[in-house]
Amino acid sequence: MNASKRLTPRTRGVTLRTRGFSMRLDLRGAVVGLLLIAVSLVMSVVLIGTGDFPIAPADVIRTLTGHGTAAQDFIINELRMPRVLVGLLVGGALGLSGALFQSISRNPLGSPDVIGFGQGSAAGALAVIVLFQGSPGAVAAGAVIGGLVTGAGVYALSWRRGVHGYRLVLVGIGASSMLSAVNGYLLTKADLPDATRAVVWLTGSLNGRDWEQVWPLAVVCAVLLPVVLGHARDLRMLEMGDDSAYALGVRVERTRLVLMLAAIVLTSSATAAAGPVAFVALTAPQLARRLTRSSGPNLLPSAWMGAGLLITADWSAQRLFGADQLPVGVLTGMLGGGYLVWLLVTERKAGRI
Amino acid sequence: MRNHNGADGDTEHTMGKDTRQDKDTRQTVASSTSTSTGTRTQGATDGPQRLMAEGLTLAYDRRTVAENLSVTIPDHSFTVIVGPNACGKSTLLRALSRMLKPAAGSVLLDGAAIGSLPAKKVARTLGLLPQSSIAPDGITVADLVARGRYPHQGLLRQWSETDERIVQESMDATGVGELGDRYVDELSGGQRQRVWIAMAIAQQTPLLLLDEPTTYLDIQHQIDVLDLCAQLHEEQGRTLVAVLHDLNHAARYATHLIAMRDGVVVAEGAPGEVVTAELVERVFGLRCQVIDDPESGTPLVIPAARRARTSAASAPSDAAGSPGRAEDRPRALSTATAVSAAGPDRAAPPRA
Repeated sequence: MNASKRLTPRTRGVTLRTRGFSMRLDLRGAVVGLLLIAVSLVMSVVLIGTGDFPIAPADVIRTLTGHGTAAQDFIINELRMPRVLVGLLVGGALGLSGALFQSISRNPLGSPDVIGFGQGSAAGALAVIVLFQGSPGAVAAGAVIGGLVTGAGVYALSWRRGVHGYRLVLVGIGASSMLSAVNGYLLTKADLPDATRAVVWLTGSLNGRDWEQVWPLAVVCAVLLPVVLGHARDLRMLEMGDDSAYALGVRVERTRLVLMLAAIVLTSSATAAAGPVAFVALTAPQLARRLTRSSGPNLLPSAWMGAGLLITADWSAQRLFGADQLPVGVLTGMLGGGYLVWLLVTERKAGRI
Repeated sequence: MRNHNGADGDTEHTMGKDTRQDKDTRQTVASSTSTSTGTRTQGATDGPQRLMAEGLTLAYDRRTVAENLSVTIPDHSFTVIVGPNACGKSTLLRALSRMLKPAAGSVLLDGAAIGSLPAKKVARTLGLLPQSSIAPDGITVADLVARGRYPHQGLLRQWSETDERIVQESMDATGVGELGDRYVDELSGGQRQRVWIAMAIAQQTPLLLLDEPTTYLDIQHQIDVLDLCAQLHEEQGRTLVAVLHDLNHAARYATHLIAMRDGVVVAEGAPGEVVTAELVERVFGLRCQVIDDPESGTPLVIPAARRARTSAASAPSDAAGSPGRAEDRPRALSTATAVSAAGPDRAAPPRA
């Protein structure tokens, strides 16, 4: 072997090494990640300043660091901050769970909003609204339970000596259409006020979110993010097919189960907080991948892309149509739907579907 | 797969005389090959070896592929498993690599049940090149080969200097050392297979299992890949276990051959001893001659001409001569279906 010819294989990224520690850092991925964080934060400041009572970005930052006037402090910390935080967390959770699902199913269509988890959460929430006239907290709990039950059902139905990508997507699409029929039934059964409330919830909106929505979601993200990142390397190996992953010593089924569970909890918690915001989970990982140009699940860039997308969409919805006029789900739905069509066309051209 | 059991039964009558004629060929082959490689292990091995299977029952759902199957892989051998399609050879390989959990029996790696060992520890001892793997979108050759280092890495030690050196060595050994920056999707089929083999080599396992490594490659690349395997076996002393379709390739490269049919090991040992016309007929249901490979001196299987095979099937009592002579004798045209050697007719997608 003529290893002396060139000792360093040119793998992507820079190598960091000290004694006992070594890793490769994908430079482009890291830069893209930092840029996405910057965009999300800038858009958050802009979004906080947007509304019936506009506040300049400089004042927003001054208030956030504790030097604002009492009025600004109230508007920002009590009214607008929770909305922005819910937006960031929901976008991040959806982007992350989308990246997990797409990587596990090895298919861009394997996103929670395509394979029925959004519908499942919606069914849970609608049942609480229509059948029990439940409180917002109960609705959120219903959404989480609905998402988990749907996730368990889809996983069980697509399990046959392991879960395979296409089976997961197809079973999920089936489950999705069944659940939307259930949702339609619940809506027709509902009284008018309940139905109105249900429809608003169904669109996905950040309007009127307060700290009550922030904390549960923040806790879920804080617990699950380390779990997910701890399995990121296993997930990378899974991309090469179950056989290759087994051969490399990955505990395939266990990894997949843990990550799917994490993704389902992330999706349903996000849905519980903001309603089923359409297509963020589908688009964020794909956009992130196009920016990083890196193979692998791109977990963190996807999460930040989701956060940035949702905040930007919410800001656009407010600016274009006036404050609180358009729920953010409508905008993401329109953009994401267009993206889905484009994805289907290109996938078809590439011969993958 | 095509399994014409009726035809098998018919041709059974002719075997008595065939074998006698082949005996001298077989002996010359055995003597010429056993001297050529020092690492050759003759016949069934004595004593415990690193990889063994004991009393395996292998089944997918309710379809049982093999029952009470015991196999020992001789250390430092290049073992090749052959047999017709659906004989259970790939299934056996999957069981040996712990990807299929046996319904009964156990696979022993260094004396311990393979299923009870930590996954990463097994992956440092036993590597596998699966039949189909998926190259992630937009991955470079060097990055893919680097993934072979996974079982040696941890959360803190993700990319050591050793990893880096071994990845480059593995790429050089498989002749893809210059392709490190290229995207795997851009490569030809032969190059891609070399990259996957490089990944398996980078795993640095003393035992390496290969599931049909030559399928979907043209003849030049098939020989290329097999040469590479032989080199790994001879120069690095690794134990290789491969499933191959081509009997002649198996005979030429293997130091230990395992012939399977219907989930049973029909014969095993050095190819020179194992590959006889009788065995080929018994395992594949194919009438043939076995001669010395003029290049390597290993057994070379020449299928009998179509007419000889079809006439034998239609008139078994007349076909008492050797297949060679039967071929010379023109016979009445027969429409009986010839038994053909099992080709790679499975519908698995090519390695992407």
